[in-house]
Amino acid sequence: MLAMNFRGPFRVRIDRKPYPEILHPEDAIVRVTRSCICGSDLHLYHGLVPDTRVGMTFGHEFTGIVEEVGSDVTKLKVGDHVMVPFNIACGTCSFCKQELYGNCHESNPEATAVGGIFGYSHTAGGFDGGQAEFVRVPYANVGPTVIPPEMDLDDAVLLTDVVPTGYQAAEMGGIKVGDTVVVFGAGPVGIMAAKCSWLFGADRVIIIDHLEYRLEFAKKYAQCEAYNFRSLGDPVLFLKKTTDYFGADVCIDAVGAEAAGNAIQTILGRKTLLQGGSTTALHWAINGVKKGGIVSIVGVYGPTGALVPVGNIVNKGLTIRANQASVARLMPRLIDHVLSGRINPKEIITHRIPLEEVSEAYHIFSAKRDNCIKTVLIPPRAA
Amino acid sequence: MENVAEKTLADKYAHIKGWGIDADPENEPTYPIKHWTGDDHKRINWKRPPLQPVNIEVLHSIERPNITAVFGTSSPPSGLSGAIRRYAFKYSEGNYAHWFALVLADRVNMVEGIIDDIAHGHFPNFFKERGWTAEWKYNRKAMITKLAIGAGVLIGVAAFLYARGGKKKSLL
Repeated sequence: MLAMNFRGPFRVRIDRKPYPEILHPEDAIVRVTRSCICGSDLHLYHGLVPDTRVGMTFGHEFTGIVEEVGSDVTKLKVGDHVMVPFNIACGTCSFCKQELYGNCHESNPEATAVGGIFGYSHTAGGFDGGQAEFVRVPYANVGPTVIPPEMDLDDAVLLTDVVPTGYQAAEMGGIKVGDTVVVFGAGPVGIMAAKCSWLFGADRVIIIDHLEYRLEFAKKYAQCEAYNFRSLGDPVLFLKKTTDYFGADVCIDAVGAEAAGNAIQTILGRKTLLQGGSTTALHWAINGVKKGGIVSIVGVYGPTGALVPVGNIVNKGLTIRANQASVARLMPRLIDHVLSGRINPKEIITHRIPLEEVSEAYHIFSAKRDNCIKTVLIPPRAA
Repeated sequence: MENVAEKTLADKYAHIKGWGIDADPENEPTYPIKHWTGDDHKRINWKRPPLQPVNIEVLHSIERPNITAVFGTSSPPSGLSGAIRRYAFKYSEGNYAHWFALVLADRVNMVEGIIDDIAHGHFPNFFKERGWTAEWKYNRKAMITKLAIGAGVLIGVAAFLYARGGKKKSLL
């Protein structure tokens, strides 16, 4: 089968790999119909995530048709068209029982700090991902959900990560009716977080980035205010001024490890890997939120330490909420939001590229060419 | 009694479909992200799923007692990078020795990948693998500029070294 093959930082190619096998009674084999490149895939692509091994296939956002099921799979049958959450979750451990499906304790031997994730390095379990024609899906009774017949496939694939992560970012913000919410990062997740903030009753939603085309898109799609931090000068001062020197009620970090805007952070977190990513956006979030405010983090950071103003967190009495999205928990609610038209995910897709052109697709997304916001890979056997 | 401020905002955002529909005054820091069941106090004492047969080498964090019930089978550790990874997994996830060793292993693994490709008769097409055909399509001018600067620097360095070599010879 055809599959993306990681060869080292900034180098991927399409290769032939063996067809995946059922290795566990709760496995399913899925023929991929859509697979996205996620902003967090770029952290792997740029060599920022430790234990990203040569030969791995990335891809944690995908839909597909069930081709085979293991002996203990009862929820799915061959031929079902499913959307597969990016988390691999057993459904039986303490964490899964409490709906923390992103923190499963039975899906990632290599690290205890994160559950298994498809195609996301051995730090997340060493599972090959969905940027391929076929993929092995463990715990098929827990995560995969049959796509409602009336749902567009492009909407469905975005329900596997982008929409739930954006939604949970807003949810973790504990947004109260009338709140001012600031989202750092106008990538797909940040745009979705801004969009979802309205669902919780925000009075004002502000998104901050440095890519004009994304800010323009966010302004229209998420009906929010959009500002370029390059022209703001000091983004924290701007936030204070625009909230009567009070601070935002909620700040969301939807950028993570590759934040621009501060040379020292860039050198420490992106160029030398001396810390687990550049925390520039998180700095702005902590300093720009009000006293007693909430900072919600969905941006992905590396596992090592990183410089953040802890003193300000303490002195301002902030609440920090963070997690990988618990996709299976949110799925029913989000299906309802999509089918009722409250969220229209597929509008953020700018590029539909054949899987065979995966190298070009990664470069376009990584280098932000051609006004790229979201890229979907389409395997040759998708139809 | 109806919340007037909330109603005013609802009117203000009537054009945004679904505005306020998920507003939840009970959404305090631990709710609803975690549905507390008390299972935490049972520790690692749940009925485990069937275990995936271990037919490959699987490194596991020393912060857990065993391998998880399922695991990925992509790229088992091998070669020099594999030896470095085994070393890394002697340390806990809270230790820099663990992560820096893994980053080193990744870079070694990249070189191993190139050697492996060549050993199998495949010389990697770096231009293609780096997606530069897309750069040529969407950012040609900048790409040509970068290539020209790179070539200029290379020629400059070569000329400098050549001149320096000639100077040394003339001194002998």
